Formats: sequence, structure tokens, C-alpha cells
Amino acid sequence: MQRLRVRYAKRGRLRFTSHRDISRAVERAVRRAGIPVAYSAGFSPHPKISYAGAAPTGVASEAEYLEIGVTTPCDPARVRQDLDESLPLGLDVLDVVEAGPGGLADRLEVSDWEVRLPGADRELAEVAVEKFLAAGTVEVERLTKKGPRRFDARQAVLGLTVSEGTDRTAAQVQGGPCVILRMVVRHLTPAVRPDDVLTGLRLVADFAPPVPPEVTRLAQGPLDASTGALADPLDLDRETTRGGEAGPAGEHVAG
Amino acid sequence: MSVESIFHRLEALLPKVQKPIQYVGGELNSTVKEWDSADVRWALMYPDAYEVGLPNQGVAILYEILNELPRTLAERTYAVWPDLEALMRAEGVPQFTVDAHRPVRAFDVLGVSFSTELGYTNMLTALDLAGIPLPAVDRGEDDPIVLAGGHAAFNPEPIADFLDAAVLGDGEQISIAITEVIREWKAEGRPGGRDELLMRLAESGGVYVPKFYDVEYHPDGRIKRVAPNRADVPWRVHKHTVMDLDEWPYPKKPLVPLAETVHERFSVEIFRGCTRGCRFCQAGMITRPVRERSITTIGAMVDNGIKESGFNEVGLLSLSSADHSEIADVAKGLADRYEGTNTSLSLPSTRVDAFNIDLANEFSRNGRRSGLTFAPEGGSERMRKVINKMVTEEDLIRTVTTAYSQGWRQVKLYFMCGLPTEQDEDVLGIADLAKKVIQAGREATGSRDIRCTVSIGGFVPKPHTPFQWAGQADHETVDRRLKALRDSLRGDKQYGRAIGFRYHDGKPSIVEGLLSRGDRRVGAVIRAVWEDGGRFDGWSEHFSYERWMSAAEKAGIDVDWYTTREREENEVLPWDHLDAGLDREWLWQDWQEAVSGGEVEDCRWTPCYDCGVCPTMGTEIQIGPTGRKLLPLTVV
Repeated sequence: MQRLRVRYAKRGRLRFTSHRDISRAVERAVRRAGIPVAYSAGFSPHPKISYAGAAPTGVASEAEYLEIGVTTPCDPARVRQDLDESLPLGLDVLDVVEAGPGGLADRLEVSDWEVRLPGADRELAEVAVEKFLAAGTVEVERLTKKGPRRFDARQAVLGLTVSEGTDRTAAQVQGGPCVILRMVVRHLTPAVRPDDVLTGLRLVADFAPPVPPEVTRLAQGPLDASTGALADPLDLDRETTRGGEAGPAGEHVAG
Repeated sequence: MSVESIFHRLEALLPKVQKPIQYVGGELNSTVKEWDSADVRWALMYPDAYEVGLPNQGVAILYEILNELPRTLAERTYAVWPDLEALMRAEGVPQFTVDAHRPVRAFDVLGVSFSTELGYTNMLTALDLAGIPLPAVDRGEDDPIVLAGGHAAFNPEPIADFLDAAVLGDGEQISIAITEVIREWKAEGRPGGRDELLMRLAESGGVYVPKFYDVEYHPDGRIKRVAPNRADVPWRVHKHTVMDLDEWPYPKKPLVPLAETVHERFSVEIFRGCTRGCRFCQAGMITRPVRERSITTIGAMVDNGIKESGFNEVGLLSLSSADHSEIADVAKGLADRYEGTNTSLSLPSTRVDAFNIDLANEFSRNGRRSGLTFAPEGGSERMRKVINKMVTEEDLIRTVTTAYSQGWRQVKLYFMCGLPTEQDEDVLGIADLAKKVIQAGREATGSRDIRCTVSIGGFVPKPHTPFQWAGQADHETVDRRLKALRDSLRGDKQYGRAIGFRYHDGKPSIVEGLLSRGDRRVGAVIRAVWEDGGRFDGWSEHFSYERWMSAAEKAGIDVDWYTTREREENEVLPWDHLDAGLDREWLWQDWQEAVSGGEVEDCRWTPCYDCGVCPTMGTEIQIGPTGRKLLPLTVV
């Protein structure tokens, strides 16, 4: 059975889709696109589509991954186009390759996040980031399904920088200046999310943004040991199979 | 004048609410048009949560039909949950449409589709959030026409004060006609303002404008008469009936939501109307006559709908789907076509006597074998005669025996409690029936691994039915009978564990009864409940019986008078000026026959018994068979 690995984006107002919403949308899009998806055997057959490391509801992403099992070999470039056309605007297919050996989930070691904080104070943000990076550990608490859980938010953070831009919501309404945090975070258990890092910034320096942050995952993948940079997790597949070229990311979607 | 999207203001609130995806729109096949490209603009509301409202066929059909009209646009709006409502109030965000997030008040019409009366408080929330005055008489030039439709609109009197207009029956043609009246009036420069527009709608006889009718009462509280208060307004307003469903093959572009909804399937209405004559069933009375969609149109609609939506389930909708004259060919044709594609078919409404196992096997051939549901409604033969649902015990046992022996393990049985003339033993009869079902299943399969679930709803007498005069059972009686039934089922050592029991207490049915057969005076109760925080009355976690009762008491409304009181033949009923086509004398006669045990046959297969609908409305029964078959199509 051929397996196809898909990189897709979750943009604009569709960032409010949950993981379950996306899996229903993808199943329907696969059917609409006529992709010969394989089904599990048994009493209640399910399409063979699996997801790796989905971004939380409300978080946008340029780098989500899924894998589709198909019954007859498909051209990845064709699947990329057909699947993208069948998905609603805002769930956009960016890249499709034929899977090579090795699991995809194992390659997703690190995420690169952009966190926009409209109305936040840049100087306070810089002070907070400095204190956070200087700390050995920053214990934060998060409410999980099993109740409150305490863990360290510092160790997972490989990089954290501050810059400035303009506020940009899904509605594309141009707002005022906005502090932008870039964070490169290692995937650990329990997962450290951007909001855990923000909790950490509040704990170390009382830094609290005035409105909810706009979070986007820009990339996820393996960490290149020599350069320390984030690599494309599908490169390995491209090297071992006849996979397609990575395409340019599509237009952002207006709300 | 263009209208701005409020999305950027809403967006800031979404991270703080449950299931934000329900408010963002962007569904596959949804339509967003330029504001200025239209001169008539409709906001269509289903007054419940998005997850319930999105799959609603009525709204979906009108949305598509109106958007197909030139220079016309339609968008959808749903009830927002209390968490978002509180944030919207705090931030001054108005009720919005999910398509282009435009404020509802900017539209020409707010059309609200009421499947049930329990959406009334949600309409008030939407009006208030939109900035539209609740009393229709307080509305000005800039407010939309608030128009009710759906089955509950056959008695809109309890919400008459909040409505500008109501429409009875099928909405396809009348919504187009209303659009053209509005277009003309606007093109002429809105002569005579809002009142003239309403007059133009009322004069046609096809739109009910409550404020053009005065209600007079007797000193004892009964209605004396309902009369137009202007010349040129007709005494009665008639329902609309679409003939030839093949000419209206909607939905063509089914909405596919991102959020999870209550029905995740592509639905095709295979016929409209039902003449089985069940006396409790308002839908069966007000949607006459039966109009079938032909097998070939059904086949084409399913093919198109699956391709457009990507759904993996097809629902063949109607009030009693196995009654379609060519249902066997439809089922076989579709099952052949979708062989091996994991596309399942479902038949939401089936009668025990119309069901056969070949049909069930066709329906489960390509997908999951879901449970089977039958609705004998009454627990005893006598009770079923009263309600004219002539399903015999032998029919039921034979049907479930076949189902169990063909591999089904679970059968669901639906009954009502509180029916007219009901005695304790009629309800206890449900337990006997359920036990016989299990016994028959065990004998047929030689296995103890079979189950049956008994599900009970409270009976509410509805307008335009033979039971419109009946006294509703009080909730104490219903609760006592249900408790006795539960004890009888649970206490049974031999069968009890194989029988599931689902029921609700009788209180919500009393509120539904008040709203169903209420008159204009009940409006004060609805408003008081809403002001006291009443929302989402169809949801048990939000519904409060005490809130309704205390609001009624404060408004001086005697709930028993509206619910448990039996009406006399000559009492003027609040909906008598609204014409569903049914002959009042026939309804009364049928009510008398119910009590005395008389039966009515289905006029599809026996001579006309003069219910009045076809001659009054100029309609006729449209049924097959056409003799045609479905062609195998290449499927994706």
C-alpha cells in the first residue's frame, strides 16, 4: 500500500477548527477528490488517514502533517492539487510526497512558533524573555483533563526572540503595532505549548499581554544536528521516493 | 451603502468560547455575495445552536433558492450559546450572519424557521442582540421584517407580538414572491413605509401579518373572534403547497460544515406530506397531500449531493420513508450504485407495517448496520386505534423477529405517554410488548445477546390535528405512569436486563403544550421567561420548568387552562383564521371517532374521505410508481 504524506496549513478563521473537525473535513475532501483511500477492515471500516502532532484549536499553522494510505499508487503532485481544491479555503495543502521508510511522527522533534501580541509593550517583553532564558527552569501549571499539572516550560525552549510588526487578524484588519515572539520549542512530554511559555513569561517578569495572543506554527520537523536549524521532515521521503517538489505556500485567507 | 463585516470584533471573543468553529462560517458550498450586488437581502435563522440548525433542510433549501435569484442574497444566522452572548453584550457585538458576518439588523428580512416552539426564547435573544425592538409595533424603517416559517408557524399567535409576518407551508415559492414584493416596494422608494410593505404582503393572502388582525375575548377568557382590522386584509391566510417536487431538486449544493453537527449526511426528501392519518401528528396533517419525488430525480440528487459534499451517508427523508411507491427500487438502485464505496444509506422514518427485511438489507449493504427504530406510539391495541396508528402486535413481532434473525441485535421502539383516553394499563402495555419482542428475538436467534430500547416521549396536542381539542395529560399523571412502566421493566428478572428505557419527565411537555396551543396572551410569558434568562428551552440543561411557571403566574396566565383543558367544538381556537386546508368539521369528526375507536384509511390507496385539503388548496396526490429504474453510475 502506497502512503502519501501531506503538509497542510490551517489559516485565518479556520484556525478555530479542532482536530476532530479537521479529520472530518479531510475524510470528505478525500472522497470528493476521488483519492482511492484505503479502508481498515472490520465491522466499521475507517479510512486510513493518520495525523501527526496537530496544533491546538485556535492556533493557526503553516506546518501540519497527515498521512493517507491509498489502494492504487497516486501521483503526489496530482493529489496535492485535487485535495487542496476539495478542502475548504483555509485548510490548504502545501506539499505531498510518497512516504519513504521511517515514521513521520518521529521526525517532528521541534516546532517553530510565531506568537503575535497586539497591544503588548515591547520593552517589557524583552525583559521577560531575557529573564526567562536566564532561568534554569520555569515551573508552570496547566489544567489538563486529569486536573492541574506542573511542569518545566524552560528546558524545551531552544530559542526565543522578540521583534515588532503590525497586528494581523484573520479578518486582515490592519491594527496597531504588535509584539512578535518567535519560539523554537522541542516536543517533549508533557508538551510545552506557546501558551505555557507565555505563562512562564508572566511568572518570571509579570509580563501579561492585554488581549489573547495570535499563535501560528510556522514549521515543525527534525533538528539539523550540524546547523541547529529546523529541517523539512518530508526531505527524507523526497530523497528515497519519487516524491514531488515542495511548493510555495499559498495565499493567506481573508476572514 | 455597504455593510461592514463584524468578524474582526467577533474574532477577539472566539478564543474565550466553547466550539468557536460554529461561528466562523466558511462551510463548503456556502455563498457570500457582495452586499451591493443585491437589492433584497435575507438573513435566515434557525433558532437553535449551529450544530442543530446547520443540517436543517428548510433553511438550506431557502438559502440556495434565494441565492440563485438575481440581485438577491441570503445568509444564515443561528442562536449563539450563552458564553458568547455574554461576551457579545459586553463588547457590543451584534447578532451576525455566519456567511459574511454582517449584522442581522442590516438585512431586509429576518426569516426564522421554527420546527418547534422551544426556539421562541432564542429568537428573542437574536432580536435583542441584533438591536431590533422586540415588539413588532416598535420597529422602524431600518429594521428587518421579522418573518416566521416552519411547522410551529401554523400557530404563531404566542409570538405574534414579536413577528411582523408569518408564512404557512412550503417556503420555496412564497419566499421568492415575498422577495419580489420587497424589491418592487424598495424600487418605488419605499412608499408608505413599513406598513405599506406589510399591507402588500398581507393583501396577497399568502402572508399572515398579525398586527392587521384583532383578537376579541369572551369574559371567561375564550376567544370571541379574530378579525382583520383593515380593509383588503383577508379573513383567512392559507398555507403554501409546492406541487411537483421534481421541479425543486434542492439542496443542489449541500452545506458541509467544519463543526460537528447532529446529522452528518446528505439528505434527500423523497416525498413531502403523509396521509397515514395518525391523529397526534401535526406534520402529517399540515403537509398534505403526499407528493413524491420520482425515483430518477432522487437518484440524480443523491449522485450530485455525494459528489458535491463528500458525505459518506445518504438519508432518504420523509415522514414515513418506506411508504414511497418505489422505495424498493430506490434502495436497490442506490445500494448497487454505491457497492464497495463505504457509502451508507439511512431511512430515518419507517413504519412497522411498511418495513420489510429486503429493504433493510439493501440499506445496510454498503455501510454500517445501524439499529432499527420503529414507532408503534401506543402501548395497547386500543391506544393505537385511538391515535389511528394501526400497527398490530403481530406486525411488530413479525418484523422484529425477522430483523433479529437477519443479524440485527438492537431494536429501538418509540412510544408516547399522555395520549387522549390513556389509562395506566395502556402504558404498562408497553412493557408487555417489549418483553414479547425480546422473547421473540431470543427464540428466533437462539441467543440471549439481543436488546431492545424503549424510548418514550410526552404527548402534546397540536393545532390543526384532530387532537387540537383534547385535554393534555398533566405532568403528575405522565410521571406516575412512566414510573410504573419503569418499575415493571426493571423489576422483570427474565427480560428486564435486555430492555433499555429512555424517557423524560412530563414537565417540558406542559410548556410545549402552552406554546403550541397558546394565543397572543402567552407572548407575555415568553418575554418574561426570556428576560429572566430563559434560553435554549429544547436543551434539558438550560430548560427550567419553574421559570416558565413563575413567569406565567406573574403574567396572570393559567397554564392548565391552556394545556389540560378540553375544548368544546364551537370554541374559537387561536389558529382558526390560519388555513392548513383541513376541514374543521372533518377534524372534529375524526376527534370523535378517535374516542369511539373509529379508524381512517390512507387516501393514497383508498377513496378520499374529505379531509378538505386538496379541494381547498387546489392540490392533488402525486405518487408513482413511474416504473423507471436507477441506472448504475460511475462513482468516485
